[in-house]
Amino acid sequence: MSDNVIHVERISKLYHIGKKQEKYNTLRDSLANALVSPFRRAIKLLHGDATGASELNETIWALKDVSFDIKMGEVVGIIGRNGAGKSTLLKILSRITEPTKGFAEIRGRVGSLLEVGTGFHSELTGRENIFLNGAILGMKRTEIERKFDEIVDFSGVEKFIDTPVKHYSSGMYLRLAFAVAAHLETEILFIDEVLAVGDMEFQKKCLGKMQRIADEGRTVLFVSHNISAVNRLCSRTIWIDSGQLRLNGLTSDVIQHYLSSQLQGCISEIKFQPSSVNNEFQMKFIRIVSKDNEPTSLVDFKDSFKIEIGYELLAPLNGVSVLSRITDLQGNIICTSWDTDTTDWKDRVRKPDRYMSICTFPGSLFKPGRYLVSAGALTDKQLLAYHENILSFEISSANYFLNTGRIGIITPLFKWEVIHNGKNTIN
Amino acid sequence: MKIKGYNKRNYTESNSEINYLERLSVIHIKPSTGWVSLKLRELWEYKELLYFLIWRDIKVRYKQTVLGAAWAIIQPFFTMVVFSLFFGKLAKMPSDGIPYPIFSYAALVPWTFFANGLGRASNSLVGSGHLIKKVYFPRLYIPIASVLSGVIDFVLAFIILIGMIFYYGFVPTTNVIWLPFLLLLSFCASLGLSLWLSAMNVQFRDVQYIIPFITQLWLFATPIVYSSSLLPEHWRTFYAINPMVGVVEGFRWALLGTNTAPGPIIIVSSLVSLSLIISGALYFRRIEKTFADVV
Repeated sequence: MSDNVIHVERISKLYHIGKKQEKYNTLRDSLANALVSPFRRAIKLLHGDATGASELNETIWALKDVSFDIKMGEVVGIIGRNGAGKSTLLKILSRITEPTKGFAEIRGRVGSLLEVGTGFHSELTGRENIFLNGAILGMKRTEIERKFDEIVDFSGVEKFIDTPVKHYSSGMYLRLAFAVAAHLETEILFIDEVLAVGDMEFQKKCLGKMQRIADEGRTVLFVSHNISAVNRLCSRTIWIDSGQLRLNGLTSDVIQHYLSSQLQGCISEIKFQPSSVNNEFQMKFIRIVSKDNEPTSLVDFKDSFKIEIGYELLAPLNGVSVLSRITDLQGNIICTSWDTDTTDWKDRVRKPDRYMSICTFPGSLFKPGRYLVSAGALTDKQLLAYHENILSFEISSANYFLNTGRIGIITPLFKWEVIHNGKNTIN
Repeated sequence: MKIKGYNKRNYTESNSEINYLERLSVIHIKPSTGWVSLKLRELWEYKELLYFLIWRDIKVRYKQTVLGAAWAIIQPFFTMVVFSLFFGKLAKMPSDGIPYPIFSYAALVPWTFFANGLGRASNSLVGSGHLIKKVYFPRLYIPIASVLSGVIDFVLAFIILIGMIFYYGFVPTTNVIWLPFLLLLSFCASLGLSLWLSAMNVQFRDVQYIIPFITQLWLFATPIVYSSSLLPEHWRTFYAINPMVGVVEGFRWALLGTNTAPGPIIIVSSLVSLSLIISGALYFRRIEKTFADVV
């Protein structure tokens, strides 16, 4: 007899990530397609094929053959880069989404916290939301009533418990949300990144609570980017990389391997072979260089860096613009910048020659983490080249002194002034 | 094997641990194929959540409105006023000898329950996308709660109906005992269709544009502004394939004593509602697995 409470065997999940654009040659074709495709989709729908799977031909294995076992009372961390499949794994184990292949068995009541405050309604009061959120997370009403005072006490929002949560500050909101979640009393708990909330003090409190949950002998599966939290809480860690289980073992070992691999895989420079596709415009290279003009894929938070785009024109071209674009790993486009924004090349003819467009990004702007670079060029008439997400780099957190939970996509350091003794100077 | 005192205790402890593990319920996770069961037992286990979802819907619905719950009355009541003016006074629509206002209002009360439930429930899954992506619970409860939360509005509008019945001097017969059944019938019709539409809406947002349109057409396909006695007798049973025909004529029959006697109409409407709700639930359960990935 085994004492595994979680048994995962060859779990795989296939995602359809988008439909390839069909090429329409004539208006007639596209009109005909527009008329026919709704019926095709409707027929598919009736067959229960709701994703229209055969139509969406770009797929990605978010998870591939992941197997592991977890014993009762173990606290196991799951680490990996963004998009590695950690959250997908938790979603499958929480029964939010189904695996494409494989199976899993879980013994006991499962509580899963993939987000704090799921189902909170801004119009309802704190008290009402505790009950609603508790019920959504799977607590019984009597259980919530029993723990109500404890939850309120933990959240520290006693005074506003009968105020609609829309009037709460974001900190209060998160504290209340975490408080409800932290009082789930299931045998098994799945936690995804919920610690990345609130101020430092509250984060400490959350970690303390997590520690107690771990000490209570409950089985916990904990997904996090916060390596130090995983290190503190988990005895065993599973590292997932590109949908596959890379390592499963003692936390300290796994973390060490994980961190040392972090910088591999960033591509800071790419060179292009002459191509015959587009004759006038030949992309030569795209690279990321540090402020000292060294190709790099690791940039200090405080340092500026440049993206250099080299190309050759074989014919004179008017109105060429070269762009560089930064995207984060969630796919958010952080910014797009054109070399005609701040130069006078917009209305000038670029004669046949070699060129390099250099874009300098200031320091103290991007949050620590990984980013992707896209680059391309176009005229007002045609697209000359576009290379999406072709390079990647990492902003290091070494000199990042801001709160890691800071909300917002970028963290520019704006100029602030605080004027003291306002009575005399401010009217 | 040496078994000392403390070892023995450890042994029994771990033994009880294994017994404990055996007692725990086991969740199996694997890809589902084809038609899947409705998991009624699980629905029962989560019944408290249904209560909370309905409660939330009701609590939130009229928040930040000036007139609050009065909207539950205003909507059918003023529709009745408009219908009475245009169809009753101007078009002189025959109403089985019953004053036109109460004739149309008795139909509008269950109709409003049906149509609002349909509208809310069909968009409910998309509106609860954040929940679907983050927590597991029986998804069926989302549209069910949306339709059920309309019962409060129904009750409020019904109170006005009772007032009107007395105002116009009607004496309800014992047939009123059928009203709960008729309400259930319109619940089934509303939910059955909502199950289909809400599930489709997750994948095809076209549905949300279709619904107001369907509801509008359906209003006129249902004997609300007119009486089904306009139709020849033998057509009426066929007409009741629209389940709201049974509900609306049933309401008039139970409250106002109209003689468009509902027998066969109600049977047909009930059968249609029943098949709608069963097929809807099966379809819903079948494509439910894709909700979290698509919504």
